[in-house]
Amino acid sequence: MDTPMLDRRSFLRATALAGGGMMLAIYFDPAADVLGQEGSRAPAGGAAYKPWAFIKIDPNGAVTIMGKNPEGGQGAKVHLPMIVADELGVDWKTVRIEQAPLDEQSFGIQRTGGSTATPINWEPLRQVGAAARGMLLAAAAQTWSVPASELTAASGRVQHAATSRSLGYGELAARAAAMPVPDLKTVTVKDPKDYTIIGTSARSDAVPAIVRGEPLYGIDTKLPGMLHAVYEKCPVFGGKVATANIDEIKRLPGVRNAFVVEGGPDLVRTYPVCCIGVSHSGGVAIVADSWWQAQQARTKLRVTWNEGPTAADSSAGFATRALELSKQPPAIKLYNDGDAEGALRGAAKTVEAAYYYPFLAHATLEPQNCTAHFHDGKMEIWVGSQTPREGRQVVAQSLGMNESDITVHFVRMGGGFGRRILNDYMADAAWIARQMPGTPVKLLSSREDDLRHDFYRPAGFHYFKGGLDAAGNLVAWQQHYVAFGEGEKFAPNTGIGGASFPAGFVPNFSFNASLMPMGIPTGPLRAPGTNGTTFVYQGFIDELAVASGKDPIAFRLAMLDTPRKLLPNARDAFNAERAKAVLRLAAEKSGWGKRTLPKGTGMGVAFLFAHQGYFAEIAEVSVDAMNRVRVNKVWVAGDIGSQVINPLNAVHQVQGSVIDGMGAIMGQETTIDRGRAVESTFNQHRLVRMNQAPHDIEVHFLKTANAPTGLGEPALPPIIPAVVNAIHAATGTRLRSLPISKAGFSWA
Amino acid sequence: MPFTLNVNGKSVSVDVAAEMPLLWVLRDVLDLRGTKFGCGLGQCGACTVHLNGVAVRSCQTTVSAATRAPIVTLEGLSADGSHPLQRAWEELDVPQCGYCQAGQIMSAAALLRRTPRPTDADIDLAMSGNLCRCATYTRIREAIHRAAGNSTSTTARLTEPATISTAQ
Repeated sequence: MDTPMLDRRSFLRATALAGGGMMLAIYFDPAADVLGQEGSRAPAGGAAYKPWAFIKIDPNGAVTIMGKNPEGGQGAKVHLPMIVADELGVDWKTVRIEQAPLDEQSFGIQRTGGSTATPINWEPLRQVGAAARGMLLAAAAQTWSVPASELTAASGRVQHAATSRSLGYGELAARAAAMPVPDLKTVTVKDPKDYTIIGTSARSDAVPAIVRGEPLYGIDTKLPGMLHAVYEKCPVFGGKVATANIDEIKRLPGVRNAFVVEGGPDLVRTYPVCCIGVSHSGGVAIVADSWWQAQQARTKLRVTWNEGPTAADSSAGFATRALELSKQPPAIKLYNDGDAEGALRGAAKTVEAAYYYPFLAHATLEPQNCTAHFHDGKMEIWVGSQTPREGRQVVAQSLGMNESDITVHFVRMGGGFGRRILNDYMADAAWIARQMPGTPVKLLSSREDDLRHDFYRPAGFHYFKGGLDAAGNLVAWQQHYVAFGEGEKFAPNTGIGGASFPAGFVPNFSFNASLMPMGIPTGPLRAPGTNGTTFVYQGFIDELAVASGKDPIAFRLAMLDTPRKLLPNARDAFNAERAKAVLRLAAEKSGWGKRTLPKGTGMGVAFLFAHQGYFAEIAEVSVDAMNRVRVNKVWVAGDIGSQVINPLNAVHQVQGSVIDGMGAIMGQETTIDRGRAVESTFNQHRLVRMNQAPHDIEVHFLKTANAPTGLGEPALPPIIPAVVNAIHAATGTRLRSLPISKAGFSWA
Repeated sequence: MPFTLNVNGKSVSVDVAAEMPLLWVLRDVLDLRGTKFGCGLGQCGACTVHLNGVAVRSCQTTVSAATRAPIVTLEGLSADGSHPLQRAWEELDVPQCGYCQAGQIMSAAALLRRTPRPTDADIDLAMSGNLCRCATYTRIREAIHRAAGNSTSTTARLTEPATISTAQ
């Protein structure tokens, strides 16, 4: 997919700072859908053009570069400013990073999700840095009355070699601010061989504060007179309060207020195209002097609920219904090519399999929280959100307020993983704060609240038939995907692009779906879609490889070599050569097929194209007689384009993705029973612990002539099938359902 | 009920319910917000502090049980962020989101107190009660080794890609 770039509808402007500095800004033309490819994300609004201020240069030469996106460990707060700094021509150690406030009219899209920070910002941020450098050069040229072509800029100084003169950026800043602002199209960006910062490792700017325990996160918000709230939601999604002992609760120690929260309409059952953000579950809010007192009061709460239609939903019921639907013709045609039915009949060998992955909670370690202060008809909010702008919209809609009356301060997130793309907790906090005018209220979920009231990664059921010819080539692929929704409308994050791999690479291909209704809120979890389907696709492909008698990597390479049919979906930019290259690199680095492994040890492989990046992963695992699994080592080969902007963080994202992904293999599932989420603690939703994590995860990158792309997500999904396929290689047991703990496996 | 606590070398008085967890006394009464709430059940380790030099889960420790021994939180681990673990955490850029790291560092500090030169197995045993949702475990392990002065061979592989090659 092409990434949106700044174009003629945006332009630069320089501003002189009081005291003689300069500030370089990009102005967005609000009428232009600069960011439209992210889905109607144009900066909204009227005539007031505001600066997207990236660079401030003080007269003393101090350089400040704005981090524009919400940060929760992805590292964009550092690596986006690195791009600007390199083109500007300053030393990284002289740069201070400042968190930008929420103001999309000025800053453009401010969102953390979809691994989009790099592809969206790579081009415009280089241009911003280069434009500023050009203006500083022009200012020096004017100062010395020499042609700008005789000047060079580096390390925060402009040099005139011929006369051995130099001036610091701080000294030039005031004059530079008055220089004509170059047209972005004419700005010359650096030759990559001249990069001094891009491609070098930079640490997170937040670590010194983190290791000293300084308040940084939403949960650390503290305001004068602030009270603390808990929100007991109906355990059944979408249910409402019938009766509650509010008066009794109000008399408990420390309790300042208690009231019924009605909750929004049950939008979940309308299967909105994208994420809804408002809590539709009603409940009771308790506001107290301390959070612990509010929690204590909650134990005395007696509520009767109108549970609503979702009380009939259960994981067991979904599984039964999915099996029924799998035996009927699919209701929705997604992608069909050739004659899969006929090719299966004529195949030398067929393989049939049913795959399943469950609903999954996000479990950010910082439970959802938000502080809201309603005063003088206006709402002020402090929150960790991946989508603060959408959050403001959700609050405005939920409360019937104007967005202009809502101020959102976004702060560091204790993890996002997609959970904080939804802003239900923001709307809830605002709703509660409005009942307490003049008093700031911090709403904090308990861990149980957090796991029981999520927007879950949707479960999925996949029924496959595959056909091989006599030579072991894959000739037929039939897939019936049973998911959630109504008619042809998929529930949020259940839709799968019909035209993505392996569509186009199998001559007779049939991928269709059936939907069943449900009332469970679903949403994006790190690597949405592919975090489930990669396990399914790469697992079934592994079965086909084994059935064909071919090596699993050779089988995949042969699939990728199949003359490809043109796909109707132009957005599918899947490049088979890039996929093959990372597969080969992972094979080479891991010694695939060349090492003799002890009994009970096996290697498994998987690859993925997602978020515009290509990843192949190979896991070596040992399984003992008790089905205890140890991941000995993982090799990762990734292609995220021409630059690995911050290698230190790149390794971090990949290694974290691998271990995070392992969690979905073994110990994580959200079970629905009577419309409720069952698992509510970390003993039930089991993250990988240190003693279970592999000690060695080798990360290799292959640079290719493509624009750099994001790294927060694409390295996660392949580890799941890589480990599961390795378990098959080690034991002969094929696992088709997550988590595999249900099949008697555990981490060693 | 009035209680006197010794927190980070200072004597402080609080007037709270006897069963109030130390975590919430630290965060909401004493304004020491470095100690984090993750689960309230002693399952994640985010709230780890030292009580008499031993790592405890402050969400499972009532204020009344914390009056007789010195309490140290991350804010009190060193005066200026110079504890070897804090330095190692910075050098190796250990945190991602960072939310669990207060608990990680406090668990690691208690480990190094009793086992100054821990092995991988010592570290795994001591640290497996501390969850990291971002899964920074490989760097946590390495940073503990570094703070302990242990030499290991894996540092480069943890902080730099093993290779970055250019496609031909």
